[in-house]
Amino acid sequence: MTTSPTRPSPTRRSSPPRDGVGTSAARPDGGLKVRGEFAFSSDLWMDGMLWGATLRSPHAHARITGIRTEAALAVPGVFAVLTHEDVPGVNAYGLEHRDQPVLADDRVRYQGEAVALVAADHPETARRAAALVEVDYAELPPVTDPRAAVRGDGEPVHEGGNTVRHVRIRRGDPTASAPVVVTGDYEVGMQDQAFLGPESGLAVPAVDGGVDLFVATQWLHVDRSQVAYALGLDEELVRITLAGVGGAFGAREDLSMQVHACMLALRTRRPVKMVYSREESFFGHVHRHPAWMRYEHGADEDGRLVYVRAEIVLDGGAYASSTPAVVANAATLGAGPYVVPNVSIDGYGAYTNNPPCGAMRGFGAVQAAFGYESQMDRLAEAVGVDPAEIRIRNGLAEGDHVATGQVLDSAAPVAELVRRVRDMPLPPDPGLTVGPVETRDIRSLPGGVSNTTHGEGVRRGIGYGVGIKNICFSEGFDDYSTARVTLRVVAGEPLVTVHTAAVEVGQGLVTLQEQIARTELGIAQVRVETADTRVGSAGSTSASRQSYVTGGAVQAACREVAAELLARASVAAGVEPSSLTLEDGSVVGPTGERVAAVADLVGQEAVERTVEWRHRPTTTLDPETGQGSAHVQFAFAAHRAVVDVDVELGLVKVVALDCAQDVGRALNPGAVLGQIHGGSAQGLGLAVMEEIQVVDGLVRNPSFTDYLIPTVLDMPPMQVDVLELADPHAPYGLRGVGEPPTISSTPAVVAAIRAATGLALDRVPVRPEHLTGT
Amino acid sequence: MRVRCTVNGEPRVADDVWAGESLLYVLRERLGLPGSKNACEQGECGSCTVYLDGVPVCACLVAAGQAEGRTVVTVEGLADDDGLHPVQQAFVEAGAVQCGFCTPGLVVAVHDLLQRDADPSDADVREALSGNLCRCTGYEKILDAVRLAASRTGSER
Repeated sequence: MTTSPTRPSPTRRSSPPRDGVGTSAARPDGGLKVRGEFAFSSDLWMDGMLWGATLRSPHAHARITGIRTEAALAVPGVFAVLTHEDVPGVNAYGLEHRDQPVLADDRVRYQGEAVALVAADHPETARRAAALVEVDYAELPPVTDPRAAVRGDGEPVHEGGNTVRHVRIRRGDPTASAPVVVTGDYEVGMQDQAFLGPESGLAVPAVDGGVDLFVATQWLHVDRSQVAYALGLDEELVRITLAGVGGAFGAREDLSMQVHACMLALRTRRPVKMVYSREESFFGHVHRHPAWMRYEHGADEDGRLVYVRAEIVLDGGAYASSTPAVVANAATLGAGPYVVPNVSIDGYGAYTNNPPCGAMRGFGAVQAAFGYESQMDRLAEAVGVDPAEIRIRNGLAEGDHVATGQVLDSAAPVAELVRRVRDMPLPPDPGLTVGPVETRDIRSLPGGVSNTTHGEGVRRGIGYGVGIKNICFSEGFDDYSTARVTLRVVAGEPLVTVHTAAVEVGQGLVTLQEQIARTELGIAQVRVETADTRVGSAGSTSASRQSYVTGGAVQAACREVAAELLARASVAAGVEPSSLTLEDGSVVGPTGERVAAVADLVGQEAVERTVEWRHRPTTTLDPETGQGSAHVQFAFAAHRAVVDVDVELGLVKVVALDCAQDVGRALNPGAVLGQIHGGSAQGLGLAVMEEIQVVDGLVRNPSFTDYLIPTVLDMPPMQVDVLELADPHAPYGLRGVGEPPTISSTPAVVAAIRAATGLALDRVPVRPEHLTGT
Repeated sequence: MRVRCTVNGEPRVADDVWAGESLLYVLRERLGLPGSKNACEQGECGSCTVYLDGVPVCACLVAAGQAEGRTVVTVEGLADDDGLHPVQQAFVEAGAVQCGFCTPGLVVAVHDLLQRDADPSDADVREALSGNLCRCTGYEKILDAVRLAASRTGSER
């Protein structure tokens, strides 16, 4: 590992507690996961449980004129067949607009929309019975062109037209001119989150008329409000417990099987388990918005930006999901991590009959970054400077304004990040034209073991990418988390219990909560309870926000518990609480002497504090100019990619993908690296292989055979440089980590392919035919 | 139908098996061994990798009836009762586990690789693990885990 954490944070303690903040503490679920004993949502099982299955629309757009369930109900082993008529509450859900039916009523708006449900005693019985539900469709022409949709052409997919949201950013002089102008049209294909653990869960009917749901999700409380609304139940009667989550990356922020399983359980009075197949998963969650972007950059002769003008159209598909927020991100971050005095950006989100799109890691910033970073390379070429230098010259720094007029009031080391990746060692020269062929390992070449080249036709290129991402929820959203911290004595030893509704998706949040409690309370034994709705909302596990917001909530609740302990100790010791600290299960006085044991101070009764914690507020965007301090925090990462391209076959091998990222403070350095590695891999996937192919509204590749994600052969070794420039506004100085590496790796890889081939490459993913012209 | 096989050293019987069920389904839903994972159920991701008569296979691609009379070892059968196999220990220590859904299949695949090659090169590791998809880690720490496990177990063979 070549990681070199740089600047120690000024807040770091001289001797951090074992497995506290700043250490690479091991994850508490690691042992269970490597033994195969960790209970994922698809592993749940109860006596007498039934299996649910979903019938989905084969059409992108159709009117439903009849549904008949008799044949399905007649199948032995079938316990229930449900349609829209069986939705107990309001047949509508959605994150920002409740515009999506739980089960289609008289119209289906996308291929894969849920129409009917079956519960049976075997999953295959349920699937076969679902196929026997007879649905009469009258096909309608689908709306498939998002650019036409936002222009107002075509039939409205929903009342009110096909523009979900239009965000205008106007800063400086909209008519500014410049001596150097570069333009480009760019496209981003539809990426899938492709988490490995399929949508799944178990719904159990309760004697009080409510339901208990065990599910893999990203946001327990917003799931609950949507489920209760659709079931017609008080929220208190819908109790949701987090089951093991097999990755998320945004795809679990919307509901999938939650309401469906609950409906079947309430109807049959039996526990009902639902598990999507991989094919169904491709239809069962939202995807990353595909994008069409037109950019114009103006600069002076030195390449310093004068203006950026852009139009960004994002296809939201059939239902709104989180499209409004994705559009805001693309527009507000659309000028990139650069100083731009004059900005004019219009971001649009469209309704179409394509698959619904919503949250995926990077959330609008990914699409824009492919546009503005491609432009920066064109600008570098136009003014004759190095691609790294053009980014260093224009990079944002602390004190600068972003396109919304918001001031960067903490570190923004864009130039430094670019310098760091530029100056990292390069991989060895491939030496493809010298030396005997038989000494070359074909596995290191494009095409790999397919044995398509021994070096002939292979060219190397280097490219850069930098990205900007907002951390936490924006635009005035009341973005909080709740933490309950309980300190009690068990078998003579103090034990801390942390309870939140914050969702662990694999990123390491459970570990982090333990680390924070150990650091704040100086107590080794910490247990994090399973996340559920018995405690207040923690907000969503998205927007790289949980370390910040739930981390802040756990820190605050621990500090209230600590204050109580120190107050008790100060009375006994006759000193001010401010002179006392907690270390190793004891209260320690000003000269390091042990004043009291925590176990004695706690006694028989637990000390418990619950805190609702908020980051500093944000503002809305001005509807005409898009100006406002709408974001909480900004994060930056830079990548340098090195690729070898077989220009005859159009095959790409990424041979290096190096990253520098400022994380403010690495609360768990090992987990930080894991986020940077994994995020970079997803960006690589978008660059060269990942796309849901949609033709006339129909998905052509809903499988891991046809939708490719990077394998270990596709990912190169990474050098990672983690900067820790503390943000004084954030807990421990941290900066959100998860999304930035996904944003900058895509443009870096494509820039490297351009450097190797000389091709313009205005669309991702880059396919072989784009490189060979065939 | 009835399927009899030896799983993790014990004779096991599954009754009322529908002929279309996979070995993966029988392990997960009938024998109480959900450690092998159901990420794609089409042989693309490797998360359900188990040993069948000592050979690693995707359990999702093995029909339940094909396991009749044969020996299966799953991720649950690699370690002694309380401990971790060195490969499992290396995954934990190297930080190679995030969401963990790919982990059982990778643990079995690495277990198999190190039995065949005690000291594999990085290129060999990548080739051997190219049938196991991971979406979280970018594979860097999985490679670290393999190197760590190889450094500890190489001398034992």
